[in-house]
Amino acid sequence: MSDWIAIAKFDDLPRMGARVVQFDTVRVAVFRTSSDEVFAVKDACPHRGGPLSQGIVHGTLVTCPLHNWRIDLATGEAVQPDRGCAHTYQTRVEAGQVYLRLAAGKSAAATESCASHA
Amino acid sequence: MQKMKLVMVGNGMAGMRTIEELLKIAPGLYDITVFGAELHPNYNRILLSPVLAGEQTTQDIVLNSMDWYAENGIHLHLGKKIGRIDRKRRVVEAEDGTCAEYDRLLLATGSNPFMLPVPGADLPGVISFRDISDVEAMINASSQYRRAVVIGGGLLGLEAANGLKQRGMDVSVVHIGSWLMERQLDEPAARLLQKNLETKGLKFLLQKQTAELVKGESGRVCAVNFKDGDSVPADLVVMAVGIRPNTALAESAGIHCDRGIVVNDTLQTYDPRIYAVGECVSHRGVAYGLVAPLFEQAKVAANHLAEYGIGRYEGSVTSTKLKVTGIDLFSAGDFVGGEGTESLVFSDPSSGDYKKVVIKDNKLVGACLYGDTINGAWYFDLLREGTDISQFRKTLLFGQHHLGDSGHGPAEHVAALPDKAEICGCNGVCKGDIVKAIVDKKLFTLDEVRAHTKASSSCGSCTGLVEAVLAHTVGGDYSAAPSKKPLCKCTEHSHDEVIAAIKDQPLKTMRAVFDFLEWKTPDGCASCRPALNYYLLARWPGEYQDDAQSRFINERAHGNIQKDGTFSVVPRMWGGLTNPRELRAIADVAEKFKVPEVKVTGGQRIDLFGVKKEDLPAMWQDLSAAGFVSGHAYGKALRTVKTCVGAKWCRFGTQDSTGLGVKLEQLTWGSWMPHKFKLAVSGCPRNCAEATIKDFGVVCVDSGYELHVGGNGGIKVRVTDLLCKVETEAQVMEYCGAFTQLYREEAHYLERTAPWVERVGLNYIKGRIVDDAAGRAALFERFKYGQQFAQVDPWKERAEGVDAAEFQTIRITA
Repeated sequence: MSDWIAIAKFDDLPRMGARVVQFDTVRVAVFRTSSDEVFAVKDACPHRGGPLSQGIVHGTLVTCPLHNWRIDLATGEAVQPDRGCAHTYQTRVEAGQVYLRLAAGKSAAATESCASHA
Repeated sequence: MQKMKLVMVGNGMAGMRTIEELLKIAPGLYDITVFGAELHPNYNRILLSPVLAGEQTTQDIVLNSMDWYAENGIHLHLGKKIGRIDRKRRVVEAEDGTCAEYDRLLLATGSNPFMLPVPGADLPGVISFRDISDVEAMINASSQYRRAVVIGGGLLGLEAANGLKQRGMDVSVVHIGSWLMERQLDEPAARLLQKNLETKGLKFLLQKQTAELVKGESGRVCAVNFKDGDSVPADLVVMAVGIRPNTALAESAGIHCDRGIVVNDTLQTYDPRIYAVGECVSHRGVAYGLVAPLFEQAKVAANHLAEYGIGRYEGSVTSTKLKVTGIDLFSAGDFVGGEGTESLVFSDPSSGDYKKVVIKDNKLVGACLYGDTINGAWYFDLLREGTDISQFRKTLLFGQHHLGDSGHGPAEHVAALPDKAEICGCNGVCKGDIVKAIVDKKLFTLDEVRAHTKASSSCGSCTGLVEAVLAHTVGGDYSAAPSKKPLCKCTEHSHDEVIAAIKDQPLKTMRAVFDFLEWKTPDGCASCRPALNYYLLARWPGEYQDDAQSRFINERAHGNIQKDGTFSVVPRMWGGLTNPRELRAIADVAEKFKVPEVKVTGGQRIDLFGVKKEDLPAMWQDLSAAGFVSGHAYGKALRTVKTCVGAKWCRFGTQDSTGLGVKLEQLTWGSWMPHKFKLAVSGCPRNCAEATIKDFGVVCVDSGYELHVGGNGGIKVRVTDLLCKVETEAQVMEYCGAFTQLYREEAHYLERTAPWVERVGLNYIKGRIVDDAAGRAALFERFKYGQQFAQVDPWKERAEGVDAAEFQTIRITA
């Protein structure tokens, strides 16, 4: 369990918005949806690297602010017919604290979904 | 729970589109069974002409493969014609005895070709042009026989004739009318078409009525005899004189039919369990034969089958194009004209161009184009929207080009463009890419082309060209967007309906809008949320709480996001005036925050590029301390008031244009708008401030002020229209405020004043602003009321800590 990193208080995440978490090596966008689910996605659109954290969140999708690609927050996949995948990270919320597991490339769902476009 | 059973009779385009729409919105609701009389899966009937002409194969035009039916769990019965519907027991029975029970039945039986009731109509070698087997028969005949006669000079007949000619046959077209395609073309256009087809080798026999088809020695047809005694030899006769809705099955089951199966606006027949779509249907007395209206029907029928119960089909306006390579023609609406109408005509027979538009009560009611058809889509829009064209009547025939047209030159013939021709300059999409996507992905609509190719999805200036490519590729039965344009995919409601509901209900929160108008998504999308946020803010100033998460990032962060994720900062300079103290403050800020680039903008401001989001509040604090407020260069808002130096310095100046510009900017700054909004004040008619390409422009003259509206630079340059002339600065302020408020209340979100003025017509705006003094005063009052809530500097607020988290990055180091 030591690889879970505390990143923010749940209440510090804006509903239907995101916060940017800068690690040494990677910039991650942490989203909170209208139904209070939390997702973490690498803050770079698979299209041209746009900052997904700055996009409009609707349902479990975010629309990239640069060219309007829509990215599924749960899988990182672009909505068809666009094709591409942003890396996702596991998150959990416990006692009002949001944790993130960086474990790059180890998240089963993410590698699986991204693999199909590799 | 056991699934409900849906049975569909007919395996054609309209029916299968209904099934596809249904599977999209309510997968798994029904156990679906489909009966098709033909032996093929659903194919694109529109493309039978290219198959006949040898440009495509039958395999190319399949829309739903056999695998697709299997993957979606649909029971498919091919080659089985339904002979009976037992409505009491709710069972259909095929002629071979196969039965299927239904809870809901969808009739999509299409239409039958009409065969002339003349002697010999049943001879071998006499066929219709309706399905794959007809095309196969024609292809076979073309390899064995030489002489073909096509009876019927309409759309279908000419496509058949063209295909047979391409297959090497000697083709004559027989037509009862005095010119071709009289339902789509007037006589001059039809003559041009005939001339063009004659150069391709087709022969025409006009005003000929068929009396008899003659049997030859072999038993096969050998000639066509006419009532006037003439005769023409024929080894193959194709009847293409029209289609009739196929209502035999419905009538035998006692379902009300009247030149089609009669349905209501939800595509329900007189038996509430039975729906019908497609060419077999009669809706409000009209039977449609073009694909776009049928797909609109499919969408509505699917919605009701899915038990959502929203959406009504209210009929369609259709347009026509012919799918014969190298020929461009377009017609829509009442192109013949009659009492109470006027026609504008341009005719240049030697270059093969003909244009006619029909006008009634200052509105376009019909158009007929031959040769240069690039403006077809635009005319079709004007027709559907009922736009008042009186202001641009003189240039109407010459198309939208008077609005300027960056990137693509005048009147290009789409058919003649090479595959490498760039259609969409924003996204670098060539004609070949679009055609390939349309063919490979089987696209039918502009939206689908946008999604798959990105063409026309950015600035939109190439939309007409993309529509033309689409029309030319899918051909005849394409018609443009549905009669009503929904605000976005989350709703069926149009912008106007949403604006009206917010005002009339009244609705004061976004949740209330979603609930009352039955939004299809839980919290909208990136298109509708900013629109709704604007509408609510504009309608309920001081009451509605602005929702930052429904704003595009530029408006949320109060700066323009750049391609690298940094922001640009533009402080407001009233009327473009500045002074050494302000310039020094900007220089200090630029140095302190290491701004990589400083540039003067087109609107007479200074732009600081490359600022990190985290630095914005601190930078704004310094700018605020120096007296600056936000320049709103990032927003759908009042941008800038551009001025020239005016009477104070200029030897030509007639009024204090700079001073007036400052006053106008102080009046209007901070207001949110449907789109960006720019002003300018020029001190004399030399117009150095370029006031005649602004949303609201003032040109000072010796006797007062000319007020101009609805101009813009940008994608399509549009010069303003003169609204009126006034005498005092106070009047300029009032007219400006009133015009701005009218635009704020009635334009669609993301619609600039230029297209808005064209849509509603300058006469309407004059009526509200110039002629109605009380209405103008009320608009101005509402504008000023809203401004007391809008004129709060967002930069100062954020420098003082509002929305702090928006600008902070969480840093975690190992």
